[in-house]
Amino acid sequence: MNGKSTSETDLDRVYLSLKNEAEDGGYRFNPDVEFTKNLIRGLLKNEQRYGYRACPCRLASGKRADDLDIICPCDYRDPDLDDFGACYCALYVSAAIALGEKQVVPVPERRPPRSLRKSGGAVQMVSAVQAPVFSLPVWRCKVCGYLCAREQPPGICPICKVTKDRFERFA
Amino acid sequence: MVTEHVAGKNRGTVMLYALSTCGWCARTKDLLKELGVAFDFTFVDLLEGKEQDEAMDQVEKWNPKGSFPTLVIDNRKSIVGFQEREIREEFCA
Repeated sequence: MNGKSTSETDLDRVYLSLKNEAEDGGYRFNPDVEFTKNLIRGLLKNEQRYGYRACPCRLASGKRADDLDIICPCDYRDPDLDDFGACYCALYVSAAIALGEKQVVPVPERRPPRSLRKSGGAVQMVSAVQAPVFSLPVWRCKVCGYLCAREQPPGICPICKVTKDRFERFA
Repeated sequence: MVTEHVAGKNRGTVMLYALSTCGWCARTKDLLKELGVAFDFTFVDLLEGKEQDEAMDQVEKWNPKGSFPTLVIDNRKSIVGFQEREIREEFCA
């Protein structure tokens, strides 16, 4: 016995696997381990109550289709990393923050407000695709921008590991 | 709406709209406790149905983005996000 409860062991396991996954894809976790583990606790709680890992710092609707854009990693992570050096929750941070050269600053909410989200669930970022010019459709991962040309998007994004339903038709 | 009261110095009505899972909400709550301010808080994600909608209407009245934490001070101003310096200045003055 190491004195840790089962849920704490689970937490450590998820923390490590998400951290490794992030690093494999060139992303970095917040170096404040306690803060980061608390966010993972929130993700696991959301997975339990909603069935998916909705952002712990945003109010989820409980309907996956309406919350696709805020399933962690969210659609807003990369632009927030570019502009503020951290995602909205500060789970993912820039290299400078990971190395302790810069501090995390509060990140303003980029997700459109409730009133603009109501019709058609998560906001569609790309307008209707024009007549195809390639022999195969091109799919874009809305989280990390990964592109691939194939009949269907992959089941899991090979870069950031989000599910198929986070892809949009790009060309 | 279910709210919880934290005792402290009376600085008017101080209402914190938070999420039970949010790290910055927790930091904001801890900061208010450290400053010894009396405040009320609610975890909007733990409210259900109509009660949650009503809480969101309140949040959006002060913060149209409807994000958390939203701190409403004395029904005259709001501070959105964990703005440590701004919160300290508000209550240390």
